[in-house]
Amino acid sequence: MANLAIGDKAIDFSLLGVDDKTHALAEYAGSDLLAVIFYCNHCPYVLAWEDRLIEAQRDYADRGVQFILINSNDPNRYTVDDFPHMKTHAQEKGFPFPYLFDESQEIARAYGAGYTPEIFLFDSDRRLGYHGAPDDNYDEPGAVKRTYLRDALDALLAGKSPAVAQTPPVGCTIKWRR
Amino acid sequence: MKVEFLFWKGCPSHDVALERLRQVMAEEGINSPVEIVEIETEEGAMAAHFVGSPTIRIDGQDIDPPDEEAIYGLTCRVYHHEDGRATPLPTHNLIRQALLAACEPG
Repeated sequence: MANLAIGDKAIDFSLLGVDDKTHALAEYAGSDLLAVIFYCNHCPYVLAWEDRLIEAQRDYADRGVQFILINSNDPNRYTVDDFPHMKTHAQEKGFPFPYLFDESQEIARAYGAGYTPEIFLFDSDRRLGYHGAPDDNYDEPGAVKRTYLRDALDALLAGKSPAVAQTPPVGCTIKWRR
Repeated sequence: MKVEFLFWKGCPSHDVALERLRQVMAEEGINSPVEIVEIETEEGAMAAHFVGSPTIRIDGQDIDPPDEEAIYGLTCRVYHHEDGRATPLPTHNLIRQALLAACEPG
């Protein structure tokens, strides 16, 4: 269960990205909205939603929206989630967002993240405005009825509270170090 | 025909996959019982050669045979739609083809 409630402030991080640079929360102060998305390479739910997240980032980039992906999985349990595989995956998919490695798993624990994908969307004051899943249908993009993330982005960009501020994250469990 | 459905409850789609399996079996007129096996531990996954949830086996054959390098463990399994999109669910067609292949005379 997430440690952050709607309205809580974002938790800082300083993590290595697939661009070999360290990224921190303050770096994105110029972005109106910031989505911190717990992510990985191996999970079928992540992969099923991946193109929709890329598309959403591209659609909202010029409106001051920034997505940041964080992989907290223990790569000793899933080799495909290690840093070299993160680099390869980001390159192959042409990620339009930073992809960061939470090797210590401290950021996932601080946020109380439990799943991949799991979205924490923060407003311009970096207060949590939406938490949960990207939409209501991981399997069939054409059958989506509720576009939770996009609806939350639209609401927050308009200075309003999202009508749906929380949904249950749907995906794989974060693979904790044993 | 022996139909096995192996799952780990850490993956949320197992109930949808089981419903899909039963639906396809009904459509094809196959009334064999489905043996449902919950995998709860890494040791259990090793023993069952479980490469992820959900896994469906027809007469012992995985409907989507995994790579030889596949690792056994408690994880969610990646399937693919006919157009290549990844999905946590075995498609209707994948299930149907496996069932029909098992019905063919040896």
